[in-house]
Amino acid sequence: MRVGIVISHIRPEEKLLISAFQAQGVEPEIINDRDIIFDITAGPEQTSPTGTAWRDYDVVLERSVSTSRGLYTLAMLENWGVNAVNSYQTASTCADKFRTTIALTKAGVPQPRARLSFESESTLRAIDQVGYPAVLKPVTGSWGRMLARVNDRDAAEAVIEHRETLGDYSLHLFYTQELIRKPGRDIRAFVVGDRAICAIYRDSAHWITNTARGGKASNCPVTPELADICLRTAQAVGGGILAVDVMEDPERGFLVNEVNHTMEFRNSSAPTGVDIAAEVASHILQVAGRNA
Amino acid sequence: MNLPECPECGAAITIPANAMQHELLPCPDCGTELEIISLNPLTLDRAPEVQEDWGE
Repeated sequence: MRVGIVISHIRPEEKLLISAFQAQGVEPEIINDRDIIFDITAGPEQTSPTGTAWRDYDVVLERSVSTSRGLYTLAMLENWGVNAVNSYQTASTCADKFRTTIALTKAGVPQPRARLSFESESTLRAIDQVGYPAVLKPVTGSWGRMLARVNDRDAAEAVIEHRETLGDYSLHLFYTQELIRKPGRDIRAFVVGDRAICAIYRDSAHWITNTARGGKASNCPVTPELADICLRTAQAVGGGILAVDVMEDPERGFLVNEVNHTMEFRNSSAPTGVDIAAEVASHILQVAGRNA
Repeated sequence: MNLPECPECGAAITIPANAMQHELLPCPDCGTELEIISLNPLTLDRAPEVQEDWGE
């Protein structure tokens, strides 16, 4: 069994995954995305930075910390017919909040009301539609970067002006979401294949509850209702290995906020008692065997 | 064995026994995030700066 893991560097998650593969008798090859050169007009007979031909991998797990590097790598590998996880469809859908929202809407998954707009005036109208306070997000991005809670029109005008001044065109796309009155916490659920394996509450006094921003993790029971919405979410975005961020609305119940396709889980195995890395490694080996 | 130094503040850095190439670790003195560039010879450098598209 030949398993490749594409990395940018070794975070605690990659170290846990490598150990999990080793525990299952597989020594994964570590493929550093800094060393990748794709000969785009040639085929998978070319070698990865480790010296192995890309076509000889039974499976490649994409774990780049860089979203764009990960997406281009998946696109190249899938174009060559190399078995890669997550799929490009899944990764590219999850990497874009607009596309995620479309996918979840099609599947009938409950989520916060959201708008997309392109200009300052239309964005102010979009915020009026969802109501203050609202949340302005870039369509791409992670770790809570560039999220802005706007409590009134003055704040909205300031954030929009700042975003328009910045050079990155993606920041000129305005994804507006209603602010959910969540109970000082949200839920992160981990889906591996067709199972919701565990979940954590992320408690924070701040409205941003990411553990990357200081949210505290504790075990969240995976009820049938939570498992159902998470599995429907995973299926909607293409399936795979995913972290589903869920908010609890006082009236509407569970609402899916975002889906992450290269999830971080360093703080989640201890409170849940679930060896997430082992679950991921088992799934990857099953995928590899199925396609071998 | 001499401990490698933090390239930022010069503090001696203890490397875990199971350390891996390209692993990140913080300097305990100044907090700079470091990357193990090589295990043999043991080489540390500042980790790459976080980019706009980094995340999960």
